[in-house]
Amino acid sequence: MKRVITILICLAAVPVQASESVIQERMAAYNAQGGADFSADRGKQMWTETHTQSSSGKPVSCASCHSANLKQTGSHIRTGKLIEPMAASTAGADRFKDPAKIEKWFLRNCKWTLGRECTAQEKGDFLAWFLSQ
Amino acid sequence: MNKRMITGAVVMTTCVMLAVSNIALADWGDDEYGLFERTPTIPAVTSKLYGSECGSCHFAYQAGWLPARSWKKMMGTLDQHFGENAELDQATRDNITAYLVAEAADSRPNRKSRKILRSISEDETPVRISTLRYISHKHDEIPTRLMEGNAKVRSRANCAACHTGASSGDFNEHGVTIPGYGRWED
Repeated sequence: MKRVITILICLAAVPVQASESVIQERMAAYNAQGGADFSADRGKQMWTETHTQSSSGKPVSCASCHSANLKQTGSHIRTGKLIEPMAASTAGADRFKDPAKIEKWFLRNCKWTLGRECTAQEKGDFLAWFLSQ
Repeated sequence: MNKRMITGAVVMTTCVMLAVSNIALADWGDDEYGLFERTPTIPAVTSKLYGSECGSCHFAYQAGWLPARSWKKMMGTLDQHFGENAELDQATRDNITAYLVAEAADSRPNRKSRKILRSISEDETPVRISTLRYISHKHDEIPTRLMEGNAKVRSRANCAACHTGASSGDFNEHGVTIPGYGRWED
């Protein structure tokens, strides 16, 4: 019985480890691209910073759709699509498993929110913020 | 001998009439299906990549809803995708575009896509499926409060909210259940 429990605990821990290692790998890549000393605090601050969206003229932030609390489910401001929490501790199993997926969403959402791509520094800070939660 | 020939002729005539009436009902009537037909309205999505990339944000509309030129236009403007940025890397985009073009309404014509194509004039390249004349006509009896005004539907583009078989390509009216209202049959 003990052994079964141990195996179950290991299995449950796998997704978190996988996500974490992918996030660490991304951060190392951002380091190589000029980012340094990634800070969860800076990530948190940028998360709720509003920017005027050129297409709609509306002030938007990451939190507009993701919610300010990373452990909460977000809801897209226009479509209402439910968005799984971003906190690494609660994120869905495949949220941070694929580096290409991370880059795809950084590209789309930085452009949508900031009107430009994020820098390596900003992406690193965001990931540090997700990882801290 | 004579009797047999008459029986044969009657059976033959009945068969031909049934076959013809089935085609007629399906093609000219407003039915989604022919009388004895049980096939989905529109060919289901077969590309896993399309299903996962596009379907992770919205209903994965079957390629047969639009002509090839529409899919090309849409896939070329993903950075402005109905107010969203839906950019994809080149390889993924090319793969999905090729799939959509190959399965488009004018690439693999069937009864449904012929009707859709008839509602689009040749100099148009629509990208919004929910406002195609064919779709508008099909939904003209449903009050706005049950669709756009319905918090559980929100948009006519949200096919699967009411069409319970939508993901398998079944848009038959008998499979419609409107959230907060129930089955819809007219």
